[in-house]
Amino acid sequence: MILTVESIKPALALACPLIAALLILLSNRRPNLRESWTLIAGLFQFAIILSMAPMILRAQTIEYTLLTGMLPGINFGFKVDAFGLMFAMTSSFLWIIVSIFSIGYMRALQEHAQTRYYFCFALAIFGAVGVALSGNLITMYVFYEILTISTYPLVVHEESPEALFAGRKYLAYLLTSGVFLLAAIALDYSVSGTTDFNPGGHLTLASASRPFLMILFLLFLLGFMKAAYIPCHSWLPTAMVAPTPVSALLHAVAVVKAGVFGIVRIVCYVYGTDTMGELGLGVMLASFAAVTMIGASLFAIAQDNLKKRLAYSTISQLSYIIFGVALLSPMGVTGAMIHIPLHGFMKITLFLCAGSILVASGKKNISEMAGIGRRMPVTMFAFTVGAFGMCGMPATAGFISKWFLGLGALQNGNLIFLAVLLISSLLDVVYFFPIVYTAFFGNAEGMDSNWKGSKRIKEAPLFMIIPLSITALFSIIFYFPNPVSEALLHMANLALSH
Amino acid sequence: MTGFVEHLPILTIVIPLFSAFTILVAGWFNKKSCIFIFWLTLTAQFIMSFIILRRVLIHGPIHYWLGGWKPPWGIELVVDSLNAYILIILLFLSLACAIYSKSNIEHELPGKRVSFYTLFQLLIAGLCGVTLTGDIFNMFVFIEIFSISAYALIAARGKIALKASFTYLILGSIGTCFFILGIGCLYSVTGSLNIHDLSLLLPPFYGNKVVKAAFVFFIVGLSIKMALFPFHTWLPDAHAFAPAEISAMLSGIMIEISTYAFIRVSFSVFTLEFLKLLPVFDILCWVAVAAILMGSVMAITQVNLKRMLAYSSVANMGYIMLAVGISLSAVESPWGGLNPALMHIANHALMKGCLFLAAGAFIYKANLWHITEFRGLARKMPYTCAAFVLAAISMIGIPPSAGFVSKLYIILASIEIKNYFFVAVLLISSLLNLVYFWRVIETMYMKHEEGGHSSHGSHGMREEIPLGMLIPILLLSSLCIVMGIVWLGKIPIPILDQVNLMFGLGKVP
Repeated sequence: MILTVESIKPALALACPLIAALLILLSNRRPNLRESWTLIAGLFQFAIILSMAPMILRAQTIEYTLLTGMLPGINFGFKVDAFGLMFAMTSSFLWIIVSIFSIGYMRALQEHAQTRYYFCFALAIFGAVGVALSGNLITMYVFYEILTISTYPLVVHEESPEALFAGRKYLAYLLTSGVFLLAAIALDYSVSGTTDFNPGGHLTLASASRPFLMILFLLFLLGFMKAAYIPCHSWLPTAMVAPTPVSALLHAVAVVKAGVFGIVRIVCYVYGTDTMGELGLGVMLASFAAVTMIGASLFAIAQDNLKKRLAYSTISQLSYIIFGVALLSPMGVTGAMIHIPLHGFMKITLFLCAGSILVASGKKNISEMAGIGRRMPVTMFAFTVGAFGMCGMPATAGFISKWFLGLGALQNGNLIFLAVLLISSLLDVVYFFPIVYTAFFGNAEGMDSNWKGSKRIKEAPLFMIIPLSITALFSIIFYFPNPVSEALLHMANLALSH
Repeated sequence: MTGFVEHLPILTIVIPLFSAFTILVAGWFNKKSCIFIFWLTLTAQFIMSFIILRRVLIHGPIHYWLGGWKPPWGIELVVDSLNAYILIILLFLSLACAIYSKSNIEHELPGKRVSFYTLFQLLIAGLCGVTLTGDIFNMFVFIEIFSISAYALIAARGKIALKASFTYLILGSIGTCFFILGIGCLYSVTGSLNIHDLSLLLPPFYGNKVVKAAFVFFIVGLSIKMALFPFHTWLPDAHAFAPAEISAMLSGIMIEISTYAFIRVSFSVFTLEFLKLLPVFDILCWVAVAAILMGSVMAITQVNLKRMLAYSSVANMGYIMLAVGISLSAVESPWGGLNPALMHIANHALMKGCLFLAAGAFIYKANLWHITEFRGLARKMPYTCAAFVLAAISMIGIPPSAGFVSKLYIILASIEIKNYFFVAVLLISSLLNLVYFWRVIETMYMKHEEGGHSSHGSHGMREEIPLGMLIPILLLSSLCIVMGIVWLGKIPIPILDQVNLMFGLGKVP
């Protein structure tokens, strides 16, 4: 029995970035004040979200209704359960990290339009945390679209023709997907009369005919194109033209995570694992995800641009999450859910490293990075941690989620899925290991000769080194038994309990 | 007090009528006085409209007999929740345009201030008249009053505007001709012109061909006036070349008033029973769908911002008429009956009002008409551009804006009548909206001025419009978002529910 508690905390948590966004606009001319608003709001938000954790761990859910009876049977309001809180905690914590990094990055590169940048960043977090805390699909849709719109200016930040193209592609994909999502939500509402998230779902075979439910699921899947599954993935690598902290936001904190978060919500809380199984949608979704996991890894191998390679890695890793829920087994779902925060920490480490390499050396391609590990030891060490985590090596956080996913595949009883998981992990090693190897053991002479006359490459500013060290450290800490990772696992278990 | 409130409907019409002539006379002596008389009149009307709405919601409809002559012989003004609601939208937008016009008119129509305000005031008098009257011939008269003022106002800029105005004059006159033909047919059958009286006298004649023909005349006539596709041809030029505030009024309220007239004729003169005899509303839905698609596609091809917005209005009239069309079959509260249509009338007034005023601001400041010229505009006019973005977002229907709510309601209504094609059209059209609005936003924000590029982070050359123009724009744009939340909170829904109840639409309790 889950107890429901009424609390204003979810609304307060959302108010933080919104107020911060306004204050950022007002302190346009005073950069230090502007950036401190971001940090203060981030700390407040994280504190508020963290303060909800004890209640969630006691198997309670927190509800707060802003508008009652928006449509019959639907309130505009929040319902914080274990799964939502996991995502909200990840986003809000990583917001602080990315903000610190952004200060270093944007100032080091003397970027233009920084007020717009921080403003949109705060709005994007508003959207992401809103998605995490929403209690039903319509509320979620509102925040989901805010997230799309607010990240557009970030993607086109550079304002070059290339960036404009990326921005158009970004909007074309994501707003089209928003249209599908709206259609799906409206149809879901018309058959079930509700769009609330319940563990076990609100759609059953009795609600509508089988073909209807299957088409509806397809619409939902198209609606969550932010999850960047193949063949709807190409906006993500294109969007890599954005500044690196933005890529980190897209990949680790907000955008794509909101997509997979949505898919998990649909599978576990709208359809419910039972209905999914009866409809045979689990196998379909898992096959989808399997294609993406392997396909994206193959694409990644072919990339020389570091950020592009990371982008394809994200596409592949997101499908681990989709894959996990598609297994429809408890362990698989647990693995999928904890992979959201764990992947967030590891991927943000990798992106922050890519950003600091760019700032320190101006290098974007892997082939040019030979020996850079000796010039930037901290950065590259953190990168190694992240990369090993991605491959799922023991002693990194990535191992835990892969372990659960593997168990989930076994529980599902389908050995082909286990094989897919293993092959994909192997491919991860294939494209990550060369980067690490080149960085540490590559011939550094070419590097020095390239930079003769200019200053020697050294570590990036502290504003950038500290955040990436923190996230790298977390990527290791999560592996070892400690209260934080136990709490995460406990939450993932609670998330599905009725 | 109640006695006084009873007189407010007629005052709302008569005060602007007298004020129009006062402006003309006062303007002779002192040109500056025009605007103040105009503002004062509108503010008074706006306040009155609220009192009227409150009265209507609490005590039911107001029936005012002009000169004490009893209907059906005398002229009657009837205010129920439908026209009280429309009246508020009408006067609110007029007020916003009036505030905006102070600086803009000196620039756009130098030396024509007096005649401009006289006509503008007359236009508002006509619109209020159409809204409040309970007599169908009277409605025709007021339609002519506001149309004639509109013809003159559109032509005010001279040159190409004359042609635009002439096209509108011809088509508009044809439209009103059809309208009066319809009135004639009904009069020949029933011998009455009073709307309430007609609705009582007509039912026995519902099989009569003359009555059916009358209904068709009304539809065609009003379709021309509301620029429903394929009768929209007058609209793009008229919108594009009129002064900014008149464009906003044209698109935001005048074509909506024609929709109101259509709703009034369909549901008050004729009744639900009659409408169910003929498949007119079903056909109307499909015409509306064509309007939505054609309007949006044509908008994409435009390079002139105001023309683009004008085609967007054609598409939006499609939205409203689609919502009217499905109002007979969709019954579930809150999207049943006329709710989505009336909701979109209000939302469209806000959004298009804001967009046209912003477009006018670009012309005012830098004489920019074409989208391609907007490069780097966001740096020069940050507030106007931000307002434009908010309104555009609302037009695209991104939550939580007002446009999103009306889109959602129309979609839910279409799903209820199990017409998934309409759902698809609405969704596609929001993508088309995205295409043409985003092109503008992208040019304003992301592209640099040629030559003067790499001006990263320079704030030096702000060229914002005067505060008097900025305030209405910002007010309307913020309302585009605020109204979305208000609609989601269902605060104005009781008014709309009363309308449905009155016409027997929606769920029978």
